[in-house]
Order: sequence, then structure tokens, then C-alpha cells
Amino acid sequence: MKALILIAGGSTLVYAILAVLMGVLPGIELSKTPPGPGVESLTPLAAKGRAVYVANGCSYCHTQQVRPLPEDRVFGRPTAAGDLVYQTPELLGSERNGPDLSNIGNRQPSKVWQYMHLYDPRSVQPLSIMPDFSFLFRVVAEAPPGVTPVALPPAYAPKHGVVIPTQKAVALVAYLLSLKQPPIPGYVPPAVPMPSAVPSTPAAGGAPAAAPAFDATEGAQLFSQNCAVCHQANGEGITGAFPPLKGNAAVLNDDPTQQLHVILEGLSNTNVGGTVYPGAMPPFKTVLSDSQIANIVDHERTSWGNNAKLVTPAEVATERAKLKH
Amino acid sequence: MQAMVTSSSSGLTAADEGALRTVFNVYTLCAALWLVFATFIGIVLAFKFVYPEFWAHAGWLTFGRLRPIHTNDTFYAWASIGLVGLAYYIAARSSRARLYSAKLAWVGLALFNIAAIAGTVTLDLGINDGTLEYREWVWPIRLVFLAALVVTAWNLIATVAHRNTKDIYLSNWYTIGGVLWTCIIAIVAIIPWYQYGLGQVAVSGFFMHNAVGLWFTPMALGILYYAIPKLFSRPIYSYALGVFAFWTNLIFYPIIGSHHFLFSPLPWWLQTIAIVFSVAMLVPVWAGSANYLLTMRGRPQRLYRSPAMFVLVGVLGYLIGSSQGTAEAFRSLQEVWHLTNFTVGHSHLTMYGFITFVIWGGVYGLLPRITGKQANNLLMGIHFWWATIGMIIYVLALSIGGTIQGLDWIHGLPFIDSVVNMAPYWLWRAIGGGMMFLSHLLFLWNVWFMTYGRKQPKALAVTATEAAA
Repeated sequence: MKALILIAGGSTLVYAILAVLMGVLPGIELSKTPPGPGVESLTPLAAKGRAVYVANGCSYCHTQQVRPLPEDRVFGRPTAAGDLVYQTPELLGSERNGPDLSNIGNRQPSKVWQYMHLYDPRSVQPLSIMPDFSFLFRVVAEAPPGVTPVALPPAYAPKHGVVIPTQKAVALVAYLLSLKQPPIPGYVPPAVPMPSAVPSTPAAGGAPAAAPAFDATEGAQLFSQNCAVCHQANGEGITGAFPPLKGNAAVLNDDPTQQLHVILEGLSNTNVGGTVYPGAMPPFKTVLSDSQIANIVDHERTSWGNNAKLVTPAEVATERAKLKH
Repeated sequence: MQAMVTSSSSGLTAADEGALRTVFNVYTLCAALWLVFATFIGIVLAFKFVYPEFWAHAGWLTFGRLRPIHTNDTFYAWASIGLVGLAYYIAARSSRARLYSAKLAWVGLALFNIAAIAGTVTLDLGINDGTLEYREWVWPIRLVFLAALVVTAWNLIATVAHRNTKDIYLSNWYTIGGVLWTCIIAIVAIIPWYQYGLGQVAVSGFFMHNAVGLWFTPMALGILYYAIPKLFSRPIYSYALGVFAFWTNLIFYPIIGSHHFLFSPLPWWLQTIAIVFSVAMLVPVWAGSANYLLTMRGRPQRLYRSPAMFVLVGVLGYLIGSSQGTAEAFRSLQEVWHLTNFTVGHSHLTMYGFITFVIWGGVYGLLPRITGKQANNLLMGIHFWWATIGMIIYVLALSIGGTIQGLDWIHGLPFIDSVVNMAPYWLWRAIGGGMMFLSHLLFLWNVWFMTYGRKQPKALAVTATEAAA
């Protein structure tokens, strides 16, 4: 009997002490973490959306933790302790079959895109393997007043009627769009290499000695990373949802001012070629450097049959400088 | 040691034997049914990676609801019930005593099953506690599981307390310890009032790894300490080494949980301690593995067409999977592998290559000793090879694919490239998984024939294991 008490009781006592030290005490202590600057609790609708996110197991494929590693910079700044204060249950996740969502509200602020993507991910990203969440939508003959039907390319739209989101989808999108990392005062992201050493007196006005070259590989890759989910790899956009860049007047214009302005500042509710696009495009001025933007713009200006004058990083810098005034 | 000498029991009635047999039979059958169900879900999930439109248009079929059903049911239904059934048999046999209470065993089994059924239904309805991983059942269901553990602990302890041997055989240290420690894990995980935000991340890290390492690991190790000497007809190589591994496992394992959250906002010291002790885990892992392998040494004939093959794979799964876990805990390697499918390969190498193979070895090796009915050797062999080859394909596919995934990210490729590059590996995973699933159907069939599927044991070819018994 004594041996049994010693083995069972002794080991259990040891384990209980370790459980308190490694589980309970860190739990108690870290639960007291104060909120970071600008970190706010969720609105009731977003909180409802968070419950939909949990119920359908989104976090089995999407993390909400940006690590302080170079490869995570595309997702935002590193997640800080104070970011998680209102996050119970925690949704850090363990697997990234899809991208990290910590900052998705900033990275992809277009409601139009979010609804399309939820209804059928392949309508905006043909290579996606995300399951569709069509069960969070309804097909009706006609959208009730005040409800915007989901914009869908014909191949993905139902044969009859239109698709409208249920309350759960509305809440889920509200939650996703609420996922915005507030900036940490004084924290400068090492994120993107910003070659701001471009001369402040650009030679753009002078006659260029030769046709400026650009890094086509980087341009294509950055376009694929930052632009293709909406404007599509073929540059044709999605009618009624995302404007085409192929044959787009701003892209073909030798004066790049408008195109650069849109990329730097973002855009919403625009009219392209007679079609109104209600979605919102995020600003890229804090995400991309001058040379990166120049490479993207030049990729757009030389792809899909487009053939327009190339821009230089210096021109981007000039345009960026104008914004500050 | 003397407990190991014989499987014949002293002063036991036929009724005692019958009760133990029925308990062992029904636990194993239940476990096998859960294995088939949970891995059927696994196959569906594997297909969804290849055909995302497959069974996707209804909430109850969506990936995010089925995935926790697969993980929780393999953990808490298949492995838990299978291990407890074996632990009862080993407790009674190694103590030369009767099972303390068949009634308690039935109550425990009912509670395990109620928890698993309720957990499956609620998760499918979208009722998920949200705290990844293995903690998705809502708390009332986890309370039922806790009750099952308490009942099991009581029954195991009482059985060993009434032993007719002087010493408590080492297996029972591990199994009783495992059940008792897991009661503490369950309580720590259920109490909600101290887990918010980052605090909950810390508890998740602790829970996630302890639920694996202080429940399934000690249970399976305990079974190995009994099954290997039985199957190889020789005492364990070093009893002292087994005791040493017991205590080091107990002390090092609870500290390593935070290695699931390296590079997270958890305090850096908590992450670093976890890495240090992940390395320390090599001590009990290598001590334990060496002990098992040295017990088996020099008797290859014992492996031939014998359940010992399952045990051998189980020991190798333990050795390789756990050592791999240590490697993954280094920051440099975690930078590549964390959040990729590599970790899914790792969890299958351990929960399948180690735990599941040990249960199979235990069932094939020990169940016939009380039912008198051997499994058909050919079917057992097909089960073994399909499961083994399937697992190798599965783990290799995800290890290679996961590495590519991690390198894609490091090279700054567009995210979708990492998805596209995984496609062939996800296909191979589904193929490996398909073989594993088919082998489980054979296992169910074999269990049925070792328990109730036949009236009388026919004259069976005397296998090496039988000769040893």
C-alpha cells in the first residue's frame, strides 16, 4: 500500500506542482496583460462574427499571429501581447493552409471581395483550396431593399436569382474587416526595404537617356502578391466587382499621376469604363517602396497587351512627396 | 519482476476471468469502431485538400467542423478507450488479481462514449469551444471525460492495491500515473476564470502538449513494459532504466508546452525554457526506447508473423517521432516548419506511428491470451503492412511538402504558391491515409474475430507468441 501511495500520490503531487507552475500561474499572470495602444474590444456585430469564425473552424487553416520573422512581414507587424486582450478564446492557430488574418481588415478592406471570397473562394482566386461557405448565403429571386447582392462573375453565379448574405455572413465579414492591427507608437516596421534615398530632385523632367528598364520578375511577383486577388492574374478584373487593368485608361496614360495616386492612396466607389465599382482598394503607401511600386506599375503597363510608357522609382517618389502636402 | 513470470492468476474464479475478458473485449471493440469512424472523417478531410468542393456545401460537412471531430475522436475515443482497456487487463494480470470492479469499468466506458458522441455531435453543429487544439469540446463534455478518468483511476488503483504480488509492476506506474495526471490536466483546462487572451495562450500551450505527453505517452509506455516481455519471453532489459524514464518523463514533459507558440507574444523566457526541456526530453525518450529495443534484441524470430511487429513499429515511432519533436522545438528549424503541414506529419508519426501501433500490438498480442482466439495471421499481416506503408507515405509526403511550404514563405513567394506547391503532397497524403483507413477496417474485423466473431477457437497454428505464453 505504501508503495502505491508513494508512486501514484508522489508523482501526482509532482505533476500538480508543475501544472501550477507551467500552466496556471502563467495563465493568471498573462491574463492581466493590459491592452496595447489602440486595441479595442469588438463591436457586438463583430463579436457575433467571431463566434461564426470559431464555430466553423476557420482557425484550423488561418493563424492570427504574425511572428517577428521576415517571412511574416507580408501579414503585418509582429503580434504584440497587448493585441490579444479581447481575444478569448484565443485564435492564434497552429497551421497556415491559408494566409494569416491578424491584419486582414487593412490588407483586404473590400467588402465586395470578402463576400465573393466567402461564397466561393475560387471566384476571386481560382487556385484557392478554401472550402466555400455558400451555406452562409441564400439565393433569392430579388435582393430585398437595402441589401446588396454578392457580386459574382457569371461562371460562379446561380442560374436564377441573386446571392445575398445571411446574418451570419454579414457578422463574419464585419469581424474580418475589424481585424486591423493598430500601429504601435514609436515602432517602425523593418518590413519592406524602403530605398527612400532616391534623389529629391528627380530628373523626371529631363529627357531620359534611354528607355528606363524595370525588374520584370519582381514586378510580376509583387503584382501576384498584392494585386491579383482582385484584378486577377490576367488583368481583366471581375466585372462589377474589380476594375480591369487591361486596357484601363489610367494604366495606358503616359502621365502616371492617376495610377500612382490610386496605388499610394487607395480608392473606393470608382467608375471605370462606365461600370461603377463599389469596393474599396487599400492604400499601399505604407506597404510598398517606391521601386516596388514602380515595378508593379511597369508590370501592369507592359502586360496583357498593355503597352504604355514606363515609370521610374523617382516618379513614384515625386508623387509620394506630393501626398504629404 | 515476479509479476511477469506467468499469466496464470492465483486465486481467481472463472467469473473474475469472464468479467475481465468481457471488459477487455468490449473496450477494444468500442475503440476499434471509433478508430474506423474517426479515420473515415480523416479521409474525408484529406480529400477536401485535393477537391475543396467535395462535400462542402453544408455547414455540417465543412472542413472546419470535421477537423476537430477527427482529432478529438482519435484522441479521446479511439486511443483513450483502447489504452484503458489494455491498462485494465495489464493491471489485473501483472498484479495476479481480479479487476477490482467490472461495474466501474462499464461506467467509465459509458462516460468515455457519451463524451465522444456528445463531442462529435456538438462540434458538427458548430458548437466549438474555440481553444485549439484538442480542447474543442465544450466544458460540460470535458467534465464527462474527466469523470471517466476519475472512475478509471479509481478502478486501476484499487485493482493494483489488491494485488497478489509484492511489487507494483512498472506498467502500472505508467498507466495509473497517466490517468491521475490527466485528471489534473483536465481540471486545469476546464476552469475558465484565469484564462483570458494571452493567458489563455499560455494555458493552451501547456494543455496541448500535456494532453499528449502525460496521457497517451505514459499509457502506451506502460503497455510496452508489459507487452514486450510477454511477446519476447524475457524480462525487461533494465527495470531501473524504466523507473528513471518514468520520473524524467514526468518532470520534463510538463515544461515544454510553450514550444507550440515559439515566436508568439508569450514571454520569451517561457518559450526558451520550453526549448531547453524539449532537448531534455531526449533523456527519457532514448532511455525508454533503448530499454525496449534491448529487451527485443537478438530475437528476430519473435518478430516473424507476430504482433511484435506492431510493437516494434510503435517503439520506433516513439523514438523517431519524439526525437523529431525535439528538433522541431529549435527556433532555427521551427522558423521553417512551424505552421506548415510538417507538424501534421509529426503528429501522425507520434499519435499513429507510436500510440496507435502500440495499441494494435497490445491488442493482437494480449487479447488472444484471454479469449483464446488468435486473429487470422494473414489479415493481421495485411493490416500491418497497409498501415505501415500508408503511414510512411503519409508522413513523408507532409514532411517534404511542409518543408517546401516553409521555404516558399521564407523566399517571399506569393502565398498561393505555397498552396499550389503542396498539391502533389496532399494527394500523396490522401493515398497514404486511404491505405491506413483500409487497414483499420481489417483491424475491426480482426478484433471481432478475436472476441465474439467465432464460437470456439479452432486449432490454430501455434505462433511464436503463443509458444511464449
